[in-house]
Amino acid sequence: MKKLMNIDEAAAHIKDGMTVMLGGFLGVGAPSTVIDKMIENGVKDLTVIANDTSFPDQNIGKLVVNKQVKKVIASHIGTNPETGRQMNENEMEVILVPQGTLAEQVRAGGAGLGGVLTPTGLGTVVEDGKQKVTINGKVYLVEEALKADVAVIKALKADKKGNLVYDKAARNFNPLMAMAADLVIAEVDEIVEVGEISPDMVMTPNIFVNIVVKGEK
Amino acid sequence: MSDIKAIIAKRVAQEFSDGNLVNLGIGLPTLVANYIPESIEVILQSENGFVGMGPAPEESEIDPNLVNAGAMPVTTLPGAAFFDSAMSFAIIRGGHLDATVLGALQVDEKGNLANWMIPGKKVPGMGGAMDLVTGAKKVIVAMTHTAKGSIKIMKECTLPLTAAGQVDLIITEMGVMRVTEKGLLLEEINPEFTVEQVQEATEAKLIVAEPLKVMEI
Repeated sequence: MKKLMNIDEAAAHIKDGMTVMLGGFLGVGAPSTVIDKMIENGVKDLTVIANDTSFPDQNIGKLVVNKQVKKVIASHIGTNPETGRQMNENEMEVILVPQGTLAEQVRAGGAGLGGVLTPTGLGTVVEDGKQKVTINGKVYLVEEALKADVAVIKALKADKKGNLVYDKAARNFNPLMAMAADLVIAEVDEIVEVGEISPDMVMTPNIFVNIVVKGEK
Repeated sequence: MSDIKAIIAKRVAQEFSDGNLVNLGIGLPTLVANYIPESIEVILQSENGFVGMGPAPEESEIDPNLVNAGAMPVTTLPGAAFFDSAMSFAIIRGGHLDATVLGALQVDEKGNLANWMIPGKKVPGMGGAMDLVTGAKKVIVAMTHTAKGSIKIMKECTLPLTAAGQVDLIITEMGVMRVTEKGLLLEEINPEFTVEQVQEATEAKLIVAEPLKVMEI
């Protein structure tokens, strides 16, 4: 099964109206090359699930500035004033989620779970409209799992089967998103032969990855 | 008076014990790392995905994939480890984090904390703050006592909460206050202030500890 694709072939899978998970933490570990192609292709009405909306001139931030996003689910939007502006003017829907909850919602989506129970957000606006359950005397919020049509993630290295290795703090949400989407596109800095990554060192197993594309930097 | 931020950071650093795992928030809390006594080892966590965080690098050593949760370049110390966001917040929520140090817009006598939004003005998102405050064994608020004269230590927070009833200790340039069932206990005072002055700068009624210790500045 051929997983290596060029950037045009890879980005063609991302279509108007899709729910897209994008890896990265304030742009670190974000799939910048694929996102640039999404901007060039002009895909619109996207629902983006990401930790944050980065900076206005970088990766996810540029998608927001270019008005290709109709809804964002994120933990932080403070570094991109355009996200706040579009939210305040009702041009884009923004759902703010505690970062640890978002990580678990994505993990649950990929793990076949309906959601998770967390104490985070109790007694705050985060609990509005959500179920609460009590287990062994402790109260938890029910946070539903998240899934996507496509996850676009970034890794340091892939082999030709799609086994991935991440670099330092650029790992963040990428391995979780790799499990939670119907189609997974991995942008990588380097592609190596099968066998060059020791099975013990694989961070995301190849079975989660559908497409591998070489990033431009 | 010597630098206010240094006074606060230095006092916060006295709260840790050897082997503690600690998460320092952005801004003033980050300075705490500079004052950790050399006699103890404190491991710093960065919620974007590692433990063993070291100081900022020289310009020539900056690695774009090695940043703290505020996207500022950092280093790792020998023995550091990287992980994904789900594990990072498992550490935070799962009882593995000994202390978290954060700033506040408001904090109140019941240990409620508001530090993530000002309705209609500033909605950056909660990022990891809600998980940190909910999950850390000890929650330390480190901040200037007032915001340029405007009171921040309240009887009851008026801004949207980050978490309810989770704060343990408030450390400002004026003193150290502990959240107790009876209210805020002023345990230490900066000798440059009187109890009356501290009370005047505080909306919550302070209970004065006996003996009232002198804050080391």
